[in-house]
Amino acid sequence: MELLSGAEMVVRFLRDEGVKYIYGYPGGALLHIYDALFKEKEVTHILVRHEQAATHMADGYARATGKAGVVLVTSGPGATNAVTGIATAYMDSIPMVVISGQVPSTMVGSDAFQETDMIGVSRPIVKHSFIVKHPSEIPEVLKKAFYIAESGRPGPVVVDIPKDMGDPTQKYEYVYPKKVKLRSYSPALRGHSGQIRKAVEMLLAAKRPVLYSGGGVIMGRAAAQLTELAQMLNLPVTNTLMGLGGYPGNDRQFLGMLGMHGSYTANLAMHHSDVILSVGARFDDRVVNGAAKFCPNAKIIHVDIDPASISKTIKADVPIVGPVDSVLTEMISIVKEIGVMPQKDVVASWWKQIDEWRGARGLFPYDKGDGSIIKPQTVIETLYEVTKGDAYVASDVGQHQMFAAQYYKYAKPNRWINSGGLGTMGFGFPAAMGVKLNFPEADVACVTGEGSIQMNIQEMSTCLQYDLPVKIINLNNGALGMVRQWQDMQYNSRYSHSYMESLPDFVKLAEAYGHVGMRITELKDLKPMMEEAFALKDRLVFLDIAVDTSEHVYPMQIRDGAMRDMWLSKTERT
Amino acid sequence: MRHIISLLMENEPGALSRVVGLFSQRNYNIETLTVAPTEDPTLSRLTLTTIGQDEVIEQITKNLNKLIEVVKLVDLSESAHIERELLLVKVKATGAQRAEIKRTTDIFRGQIVDVTSSVYTIQLTGTSDKLDSFLHAIGTSSILETVRSGVTGIARGDKVLTI
Repeated sequence: MELLSGAEMVVRFLRDEGVKYIYGYPGGALLHIYDALFKEKEVTHILVRHEQAATHMADGYARATGKAGVVLVTSGPGATNAVTGIATAYMDSIPMVVISGQVPSTMVGSDAFQETDMIGVSRPIVKHSFIVKHPSEIPEVLKKAFYIAESGRPGPVVVDIPKDMGDPTQKYEYVYPKKVKLRSYSPALRGHSGQIRKAVEMLLAAKRPVLYSGGGVIMGRAAAQLTELAQMLNLPVTNTLMGLGGYPGNDRQFLGMLGMHGSYTANLAMHHSDVILSVGARFDDRVVNGAAKFCPNAKIIHVDIDPASISKTIKADVPIVGPVDSVLTEMISIVKEIGVMPQKDVVASWWKQIDEWRGARGLFPYDKGDGSIIKPQTVIETLYEVTKGDAYVASDVGQHQMFAAQYYKYAKPNRWINSGGLGTMGFGFPAAMGVKLNFPEADVACVTGEGSIQMNIQEMSTCLQYDLPVKIINLNNGALGMVRQWQDMQYNSRYSHSYMESLPDFVKLAEAYGHVGMRITELKDLKPMMEEAFALKDRLVFLDIAVDTSEHVYPMQIRDGAMRDMWLSKTERT
Repeated sequence: MRHIISLLMENEPGALSRVVGLFSQRNYNIETLTVAPTEDPTLSRLTLTTIGQDEVIEQITKNLNKLIEVVKLVDLSESAHIERELLLVKVKATGAQRAEIKRTTDIFRGQIVDVTSSVYTIQLTGTSDKLDSFLHAIGTSSILETVRSGVTGIARGDKVLTI
C-alpha cells in the first residue's frame, strides 16, 4: 500500500495516466502541487507566460493527437485567465483537463485572497466540472475527468482543488483507478442499424449526393473510413472549417471548404444536392447561412455522437446518433453487402455539373495582381509548397485563418489546428507550440496576423526556454483584416478601430526574445526566405510578411441567403 | 405548449445550478421548478415546467440529458399523468366575508389551516389551473399573501421514473 498526500496524488495520477506534458503557471493555491511536481521525473511541466497560452498549448496537443491536454492554473486570476482557452476547447469539442487551484476549503466563500468561484465561472463552458472534497478522492475524480473529457463528444473538464486537499502532512492510500463508471453518463457506442441501412439506401439512390463532414471526423478518428466510403460511392466531399483534413484536400473528389467562406463549387453542390450525408458536423450558422433557404431539395442524413446537435438548426430526415467511426464502418459494410453501386450515368452527370462549377481556375481563384505587392493567398500557397503539404498548421483568427483554410490542402487529419467555434485571436501561436513540443520532428507553422499574434506574443519567451522552433507566418497587412473587410462591405469603409497603429518591429522583437526575425516585402523573396526559415530546423523564425491590405476573403456568402448566394469578388456575385 | 419535465439527478452540490444555468445559457424559460431528494438519498427528483415549440422542448430534453449529473428524464406531458401544485394563501376574513371564504374553500376542497380574528390561511392542492381559479374566485382584493410550490407530477399507471 502506498501513502501519498493529495498533492502527490495529482502528480502521480498524471504519470500513471501517461501524461507527458502539462502546461501551467504556479501560485499560492497550487504550491503543494508544484512542490510535488519538483520531485517528479516523468511528467514535465511547461511554464507559460500567461495562463491563456497554457490552455491553448494543451488544446493544440489535443487537436493533433485526440488525447486530453492537461492544464494547471492557480486560483483567482490564474483560473480566470484560463477561461478563454477553456471556452475555445468547449466550442470545438476538444478534450482537456484543467486543474485549478482553489483557496483552502475552510476559506471558500469568504472572499479570500485570490478566490474565484471557478466552478461557477466555468460552468457554461465545460463539459463537466468537479470540486475535490477530500484528498482521498483525487485519483477517482481525475480519472472521471479524463474519461469524460475524452469520450463521447469530447470537451474540457475543470477539476477545482482547494489548497488543503494537497496538504503534504496528510497521507492517504493511493491506487491508480484503471476504470471508472458513471451511472448517469454513457455515450452511444454504435449507431442504430436500421437507420444506418436506410441512410445507405438513400445514398445509393441519390442523384446529386454530397458528403459534408466536420470536426467530429477528426476527433472521432474516422478520416480513413470517411475517405473509403466517399471513394467507394464516388461522392463529392466538402469539409467544414473544423473538418479539414478529414478527406484529402488534394483529391479530385474534394470540393474545398463550404459555408461563409467556402468554395463556389462546394456551396453550389450543397444547394443543388438531393441527399446530404453530414458526418460529425453541426450545421453551424457559418455553414448553413440562412436556415430557411438551406438546400431546398435535400434530404438530410445526420451522423453525430451528440443527439443535441441533430435537428438543432436543420431538421434531419435520417438522424443517426453514434460514434462516426463505427457508423461509417457499418455503412461501408452495408454498401459491400448490397453490392449495388450508384448508377454510373447519374453519377457522371452530377460530376459533370460539379466540374463545370469548379471550372478551369480551381476551387479558390483570386487575382494575383502584377506582383508588386504580396497577396496573402500567395503566402499560403507558398507555405504549402515549401512544407510539401505536410506541416502542422496552427492558425489564429481572421482573414489569414480563412486563407490558410482555403489554400493549404490538408492531406491528413489533425494537421489543421484552429479555433473554429469561438474564434479566439491569440490561439494560434501557443497551439503551434503545443504541437511542436509533442512532434519535435515535424514542421509546425503558425499562420497569424499582426493583430492576433500580439494577443499572446509573450510566449516567444516560453519558446526560448523549452526550445520550440515553430515558424510564425505573420500576414502583416497593418489592419484587422476581417473587421476591415466587413467595414468595407457593410459600413461604407468606415474603418472604426480596425487598423493597428504603432506596430512593433517584429524582427527586432523576435531577436529580443532570442529568436530569428525576417521581414519580407518583395514577392521574389517570399519563397526563398520561407525556405530559409524552414531550413533553420532548430530556431524559431518570425516571418513578418507585408501583404496587400485591401485584399478580401472570397467567396463570402450573403447574409441570410441560401448556400449559393455569395460574393465572388468585390464586384461579382452569384 | 406547456411541458412538465421531471428528472432524476445526482444529489450533489452544483447539480441544480447546472440545470438552471442551462436554461439561462440557452435562452429557454422555466415557469416553475421544484426539487427534493428521493427515497434514495443519492438522487434528487426535479420537476420543472416550461413553455416552448416542440423543437425547443426537444433541445431542452436533449441538453438536460447531456448534463453529466442528470441520470434519467421524462416529459410527463407526453402521456397521461397526475399534476399537483400546493398553494398557501392568506386572505382577509372579517364579517360576512368569513363565511363566504369558508364556502369557496370547501367548494375547491381546500382547507383552512390557520385562523385569526381577521385572517384565514388556506391550503389548496391541485393543478395549476385549479389554483388559479381559486385565487380568481377569492378575488385579489382580499388576498394578503400567496405562496405556491411549483408544479410536481408523476405518470399514471405502471410507468415509473427510476434507475
